[in-house]
Amino acid sequence: MSRTATGVENEAGAVAPAPAILSAENLSLVYPTRRGAITALDALDLSIRRGEFYSLIGPSGCGKSSLLKVAAGLLPQTAGTITLDGSAVTGPRREVGVVFQRPTLFPWKTVKDNVLLPAETLGLDKTAASARAAELIGLVGLDRFAENYPSELSGGMQQRVGIARALVHDPEVLLMDEPFAALDALTREHMMIELQDIWMTTAKSVLFITHSIPEAVFLSDRVAVMSARPGRIVREYEVGLDRPRDLATMADSGFAALCGELRGELQFDL
Amino acid sequence: MKDKIRTAIYPLVTVAVLVLAWQFAVSEFSIEDYILPKPWLVVTSITDGFRVGGFVGHFWATAEATVLGYVLGCGLAFLIGVAVAESPTFDKFVYPCVVALQSMPKVALAPLILVWFGHEIESRIIMVGLICFFPMFVNTVVGIRQTDPELLDLCRAFSASRRYVFFNAKLPSAAGEIFAGLQIGVVLALIGAVVAEFVASERGIGHMIDSAAVSLTVSNMFAGVIILAVMGVIGTATVRFVERRVVFWEGGTVRVNLEQAS
Ligand SMILES: Nc1ncnc2c1ncn2[C@@H]1O[C@H](COP(=O)(O)OP(=O)(O)O)[C@@H](O)[C@H]1O
Ligand SMILES: [Mg+2]
Repeated sequence: MSRTATGVENEAGAVAPAPAILSAENLSLVYPTRRGAITALDALDLSIRRGEFYSLIGPSGCGKSSLLKVAAGLLPQTAGTITLDGSAVTGPRREVGVVFQRPTLFPWKTVKDNVLLPAETLGLDKTAASARAAELIGLVGLDRFAENYPSELSGGMQQRVGIARALVHDPEVLLMDEPFAALDALTREHMMIELQDIWMTTAKSVLFITHSIPEAVFLSDRVAVMSARPGRIVREYEVGLDRPRDLATMADSGFAALCGELRGELQFDL
Repeated sequence: MKDKIRTAIYPLVTVAVLVLAWQFAVSEFSIEDYILPKPWLVVTSITDGFRVGGFVGHFWATAEATVLGYVLGCGLAFLIGVAVAESPTFDKFVYPCVVALQSMPKVALAPLILVWFGHEIESRIIMVGLICFFPMFVNTVVGIRQTDPELLDLCRAFSASRRYVFFNAKLPSAAGEIFAGLQIGVVLALIGAVVAEFVASERGIGHMIDSAAVSLTVSNMFAGVIILAVMGVIGTATVRFVERRVVFWEGGTVRVNLEQAS
């Protein structure tokens, strides 16, 4: 097995080999606040290919969550366009599944009912949705906990419920905002491997936000580095490591080299 | 279960000590019965009162006004609270007025209510409803408003309808606060009922205490106070009992299954 990691910088205007599922052009977001306007995103361009695992890494407060909220249709942009599957995003869309940093589960619903939330809100067929929920709960390894309440689960398990929920309506795109940030190092590694499994079985396009360099490199096809606020993408790296990647991949010299390069780029901006 | 029995026994010990001290003080300093009756005398006035003295009627009169007023006041407070929390228009027009009214001592309205609604049960129900309205109202509004914004974002991300969000996110989020409002309401409802009975009624525990004061039967006054205390305790315990079953996900009721979690 050859593991070669090459950080290839995309030239501006380079043609993506596959059609974009999610793209932003000249995207700006300004928060009007009492103490003046805060520019969170400034003329940001980005293009995620269909089926791609795309990570966004950047210093905290650079506008990563803001970008995700705009992409999810939760926040209107100030200028520019954001396009999902060929049409402009103007509000929440059913082709999208979202996972936040906190698990954000309903404490009064069982694991299964939490996972079923998008099926209920989108009015999907109950029997089919129920079967799919059970399947996804199995996929994230929580079979025995389907009837438990969130408070009875560990943080990692809760986050897995959130991931299953984001997949239950079979969205095209998964938007994930630092989903593993609150987990301990060991759980986080488990979750990385599991998420890779899920991604490989479900073939979703993923926008993954993180502030962990190894996490980004391990999971992604491409990693984008964002500048400090106002957020722009300063550089994109292709990750050429073979899949499926495992814990040994992280000891690989190519992995380390790419991590080092990313770290340099990030520090440059800090 | 053992713990539960124990936590119930500790306060009973305190009560027993206080009663003994009371008994001791009365006999030691030879206090007259019309100033401070012996504990035993109070017990007999309660039992006699219920057997022959018409306490049953008084008890039911107070209970009826309290329960009906409580349901009416809390129910309206809940509905108006929901309207204020959910509609910006209601919020702008109604909320400031209600909050301003809240600082007024409601019992001052008792004579006016009497003028408007007469000396029958209606006046007492309205007094009770008015007094338990405010905490319930404020708690409903605050509870709904404190729904985790991220939970709401999540609902929005999955295109949840307003109705879905209200029943699945906001109402359960507010449940703890709402039950706190119901809890305070029980105590206030009794205050409302007694005040109304002091002012006007020919029946009820409040009236009974009032007329006992006139005839200086202090043991009956004690009996009335004790009956009211017991009513309060029963009411509060009932609300707490229901709360533990409805709001099962809050505070201490988590059923961690260690065997499964390992
Ligand atoms: N609702 C808001 N109102 C005003 N400013 C905000 C709001 N949300 C985020 N910001 C500001 O926008 C910037 C980007 O925030 P965010 O997107 O959360 O960054 P990140 O997720 O990269 O840490 C920060 O400086 C933050 O203070
Ligand atoms: Mg963030």
